[in-house]
Amino acid sequence: MADAKTFMNYQLNPDRYDEVFEAEGRPRRHWTRLAQAARRTGRTALSRRARTIRRAVEQDGVTYNIYGDPKGTDRPWEVDLLPFVISSEEWQFLSRAVAQRARLLNLLLADLYGANRLLADGLIPPAIIHGHHNYLWPCRGIEPPAGRFLHLYACDLARSPDGRWWVIGDRTQGPSGAGYAVQNRLIVTPQYEDIFRALGVQRLANFFRTLQQQLAALAPSNGEAPLVALLTPGPYNETYFEQVFLARYLGFPLVEGSDLTVRDNRVYLKTLQGLKRVHALLRRLDDEYCDPAALRTDSTLGVAGLISAARAGNVLIANALGSGVLESPALLGFLPAICQKLLGEPLALPSVATWWCGETPALKHVIDHLPELVIKPAFASMKLEPTFGHSLDSAGRTALAARLRATPHAFVAQERVRLSQAPAWSEENQQFEPRVVGLRVYATANGDSYDVMPGGLARVAPESAVEVITMQRGGSSKDVWVLGDGSTPWQSLLVPRLGAHNIVRGGFYSPSRAVENLFWMGRYAERIENIGRLLRSVGQRLTESDPAHLATLKVLTILSDKARLREPIANTAVSATRKKSPPDLGPNWLITAVADPKAANGIPATTARLQSCATQLRARMSLDHWRTVQRLAHVHEQSSPTLEASLAILDRVIPVSTALAGYTFDDMTRDAAWRFLVIGRLLERMAFLSSAIIQVVGLAHEDCDAVLGALLEIGNVSMTYRVRYQRHPELLPVLDLMVLDESNPHSVCFQLAALGNHLQQLNSQLDFWPVNDPASILQALRGFDLAAFEDIQVPQGEPLAALLAACERYAYGLSDELTQRFFVHAGERSQTSVAA
Amino acid sequence: MSPNNARRYKVDHYTAYRYSEPVMLSHQQLHLAPRQLDYQAIHAHEVVVKPAPTQRRQLTDPFGNPVTEIAIEAAHRSLDIIARSTVSVTERPTIEAAQTPAWETVRDALAYRAAWQPPAALLEATQFLFESPYARVKRILRAYAENCFAPGQPVLSAAVALMAKIHGEFKFDAGATNVTTPVMKFFEQKRGVCQDFTHLMISCLRSTGLAARYVSGYLLTHPAPGKPRRVGADASHAWVALFIPGEGWVDLDPTNNLRPALEHVTVSWGRDFSDVTPLRGVINGGGEQTLEVKVTVEPI
Repeated sequence: MADAKTFMNYQLNPDRYDEVFEAEGRPRRHWTRLAQAARRTGRTALSRRARTIRRAVEQDGVTYNIYGDPKGTDRPWEVDLLPFVISSEEWQFLSRAVAQRARLLNLLLADLYGANRLLADGLIPPAIIHGHHNYLWPCRGIEPPAGRFLHLYACDLARSPDGRWWVIGDRTQGPSGAGYAVQNRLIVTPQYEDIFRALGVQRLANFFRTLQQQLAALAPSNGEAPLVALLTPGPYNETYFEQVFLARYLGFPLVEGSDLTVRDNRVYLKTLQGLKRVHALLRRLDDEYCDPAALRTDSTLGVAGLISAARAGNVLIANALGSGVLESPALLGFLPAICQKLLGEPLALPSVATWWCGETPALKHVIDHLPELVIKPAFASMKLEPTFGHSLDSAGRTALAARLRATPHAFVAQERVRLSQAPAWSEENQQFEPRVVGLRVYATANGDSYDVMPGGLARVAPESAVEVITMQRGGSSKDVWVLGDGSTPWQSLLVPRLGAHNIVRGGFYSPSRAVENLFWMGRYAERIENIGRLLRSVGQRLTESDPAHLATLKVLTILSDKARLREPIANTAVSATRKKSPPDLGPNWLITAVADPKAANGIPATTARLQSCATQLRARMSLDHWRTVQRLAHVHEQSSPTLEASLAILDRVIPVSTALAGYTFDDMTRDAAWRFLVIGRLLERMAFLSSAIIQVVGLAHEDCDAVLGALLEIGNVSMTYRVRYQRHPELLPVLDLMVLDESNPHSVCFQLAALGNHLQQLNSQLDFWPVNDPASILQALRGFDLAAFEDIQVPQGEPLAALLAACERYAYGLSDELTQRFFVHAGERSQTSVAA
Repeated sequence: MSPNNARRYKVDHYTAYRYSEPVMLSHQQLHLAPRQLDYQAIHAHEVVVKPAPTQRRQLTDPFGNPVTEIAIEAAHRSLDIIARSTVSVTERPTIEAAQTPAWETVRDALAYRAAWQPPAALLEATQFLFESPYARVKRILRAYAENCFAPGQPVLSAAVALMAKIHGEFKFDAGATNVTTPVMKFFEQKRGVCQDFTHLMISCLRSTGLAARYVSGYLLTHPAPGKPRRVGADASHAWVALFIPGEGWVDLDPTNNLRPALEHVTVSWGRDFSDVTPLRGVINGGGEQTLEVKVTVEPI
């Protein structure tokens, strides 16, 4: 018989309910199987299991952004090796109660944005609604499809010492965490396959199918195949990873506000293929940011005109705009009476005892009992941390009481609940330790009722002493196992599978913004490689300070100027007085270009642009690809301002940027969007090579030979040349290799030929053909007779230089043309305006 | 109230945006139509938009104001909106400030208590009782208003005293603030325009537990003696309305320290400026934008 002691030093706490053990130390009945298994497993194997789980998290790249810092590393998601188990009897009660609550809250929203009976009947204080920023006035009177306001709902539960469950909060806007719950299941289950099956743990997939089917069924699509998109606030959001995961899992495109546009009261997705109607949005964007035309004017995260589209009944928004008004804890105390009124039945699951201070008797009670209570803001927009009354001295309590009296309606007081605890594995101490836990469960609309996900997200406090559980402050999670009641052990097979269009849609339309980012990611990645090689060639010659390098340095300096690498850093003091700083001939500009982020076109600044594109493309990139970009971004850190250190940085930059080319061609799905990434690379390389070679063909003969070695270096063909010719570089073979040889991926003609192929593909997929055909320049180059260069006495550079200049122009022209055709509607920044 | 006292006005409100780059898509929301009221009749109203909108819709907002929503889906470099209205304003019922109920009575009537079943007018007033995007409820503001609200003071007398206090201590200065200036900044710097005066007085009233709303409209200005009226020299105006149970809403203009009568034309009301912004919008593209607003109120 397993008992608490087999969990090594695991301590029961008489003041808390223990999820696993009864007071005598015996495991609870529904825990017997797992507790036994854990005992048999032993410390070493448990530790191995913890590490396996950790590795799986890293391999899947599951993250949670604590600070939302684009540059900061994403924090790995934490999941404990021991699941959180709920018996089937307990689940029957919980799921019924949570479904009731979802039904209630849906009706409550319908009243608050419709008939408004509850306020008139005095069942809700007006302050809680009219004083709440998330009560969206422009949404009054909007009737969502089928009267359904709430599609996906989450409920935060806590268990008190007597074993009873209490609701501590409602999540009604765009609840987070359901995706993490699936991730936890995928990561933890393989560790327990036999037990998982033997216990008949209920599956999660049906829940998400119901969500998909509901959104598709209710979306106002007038017979079209419904397109549902997941609206994200973007990559800086703390749960962005989860949104990427959910979008993939549900087969919905992940879109930002700027990917959408409202025309004629209908919502459209801007795609490579043009505007595509969106019929439903599952949103993770907060209420007040959703429509800058009607709500907050200080943000353009949302979609201008979205509220009008919803009012016209042309788009389903899940959850309905304005549903965040229910997230106020001030409502909790009024729900029992509202439930009687709206459902005619008692509220099945009680909320934690909550006093809204706006009622005079409640305020008095709260002030008299401050030490026993937790004081919270009634509205999340107040951005106040909860205050524990017992932690205040008497002066602190007096000050708090004064504050409550001044704006009583803005505060609530809640009873302190002693949350339950469960064992969580500590890798540091190699044992199970008690941690405070809370449970978040999810409900989704199904017809007139709600289905509750048989599982959820158990949130685990980061340390033994911590009482508050929020993922923002760190903390771990557990997979939640709801044991089967034996009736429908393989539920997932009973439901028809998704229709083909539901699955294909997600990948089919590429939002224009994503494609634009791919195109620029290609250009910046290639540019870093090019300027990296150029700077290295300069740097190496500067260290040698050999007069023989003078001619070469002159040419390389011109190239560096063309790449605007030598521009002085804009210094406000200097530019204000418009002083012209003298041209810098020493190595300083190079050190700056290599390591100073303030150099506008240097390596760090270009890398930052690359990184910004990549951040927008996170959902399309493999973890390794993403990490390689991150590595590039950190290469220049902690360097000293010397030429040697700069060269060392370049030696790291060049291979990493070359590796990015590998990911481009070997790691990404080759859809139409991908071609833009490749085209970006090709035209950047063609422009760079052409501009470099032009400088050399124009030189006098004796200077020319000296420079050819550097030209081979920056074109990355030194090796090829040596293998072919085994002698000093000479103009004619160098030109053949770098301009005409179509088998050399670093030749101008190679770029032209490859561009031609990719443009052909785009033409068939997107019906696009550039004004100028690259084939005509390619033809001209192929027809160029290198024999003209045999006679060294006669300078023959000009005709070739003209062709190369045409290549350079062609590259930039094509870039503009693609931008005009495909990106303009994505790239226009939106701005708000106000006139009185 | 004699119809002979009616005053008739022609109001032109002209708004012009110029953009340095083409605007590809523009969504605009217009609060430019004067409300029909017991003391205000609308004889004519039209809004002309150039370029012609792709979409145009008439709605009523949650506060009962007429709203026009337009969308322009063709590229354009300028946007001109001309609202022309002909209205007549008549005298309102007289309300003797000294006869109004004590301010505490009004405050308590608006306060929620168990088993409260508020009459419709009171419930509606609670929409204007709490914080809103531009109005704050703060202890420091209640303290500022406190000496106007002596115990037992009739609510309108107290509000008139508050209006006089704000008018006396704050300076009108068109350059000191813009349309997004937070009320607490105005409270500190003590200079601003009618929008700021109005937001401050609303905030003080709500901090005291009273319901106050933001009224946007126009004010007849008087040219200097002997000078002709300058077309377009005026601006849109804003003032406060205070809720008094039994009486309804009473207007107070803290910028001019007076109770609006025959020279104020009412357009819209809401919790604050954000609800009744004359023209607000979102554009795609446009580059740099410049804005010109001209208002003319002409007695006819």
